[in-house]
Amino acid sequence: MKRVRALLASALLALSPVPLATPAHADSLMPAARLADTQLPDPKQEAEAKALMETLRCLVCQGQSIADSNAEMAGDMRALVRRRIAAGEKPADIRAWLVQRYGSWVSYDPPLDRVTWPLWGMPILLLGAGLWLARGRFRKRTGPGPGKGI
Amino acid sequence: MKRLILWAPLGLFVLFVAVFASGLIAPASRDIPSRMIGRPLPVFDLPPGAPGHPPLASSAFATGRPRLLNVFASWCVPCAAEAQQLGQLAAAGVEIDAIAIRDRPEDVATFLRRWGDPYRAIGSDVDSRVQIAMGSAGVPETFVIDGHGIIRHQHIGQIQPEDVPAILAAVKAAQ
Repeated sequence: MKRVRALLASALLALSPVPLATPAHADSLMPAARLADTQLPDPKQEAEAKALMETLRCLVCQGQSIADSNAEMAGDMRALVRRRIAAGEKPADIRAWLVQRYGSWVSYDPPLDRVTWPLWGMPILLLGAGLWLARGRFRKRTGPGPGKGI
Repeated sequence: MKRLILWAPLGLFVLFVAVFASGLIAPASRDIPSRMIGRPLPVFDLPPGAPGHPPLASSAFATGRPRLLNVFASWCVPCAAEAQQLGQLAAAGVEIDAIAIRDRPEDVATFLRRWGDPYRAIGSDVDSRVQIAMGSAGVPETFVIDGHGIIRHQHIGQIQPEDVPAILAAVKAAQ
């Protein structure tokens, strides 16, 4: 029994990914940028900055907004957003500035264009297909002939 | 018609398997290319990034000759791994300037002592400001800048030995 347990433990250890993984994204020794984690004094501006940060995508972690991410680059992007909002820039202009550099990729608010139309088109298409299928079902039930029991 | 519909779920299943298998076998690239290629370098004037090297400003790129701009950091492991390839490029006569991201001059100096120093000028970008303005999404990245200060080529990630000829060709094409 003891042997079986030891075998199991070593098998689990061999499977564990921890010793194999080397960090691809190390962290620097520098402190976070000045406005990365500090709110702007003006609550209205801070609200604007926060709303924008929630719709900008982190470049390093790729599945999070820069508002949610702990990555250092996300912190630097938050600082950039706050700095520009504090300087009186419009959120839409800051987004456009970033999109000009990284493409629509960086924005969680994609524009409607040749590539992104299925995002809007598919729900309508699928809803249409569903209605069409459902219509067939309902017609059969109310149609002539002996009704089927459930 | 009814026969055909009977097969539809299986067909859909096969389609899903094909979609997921293709994603597993050949995952989509996670690189984020810069949209600044073909545009002038953003204007910047960075403080010195390492002792013994001049600081870096965007005005240094309008020299009439193409050069490389390496975005790196002393805390980045792949940056150490590409040092040898950068050394090869420098030995081939390519001038290389660098931007050190979120770094301290003393750490950069240690890094260069350890892994080799192919750089002419090094600028220090402590809050990734210039990096973001260039559309660079991480370290290391290497840009080819032509003699007019226009960004011509971007290499994302570590320069592998087999990437060196392509980068030399990009430098030549920017002439």
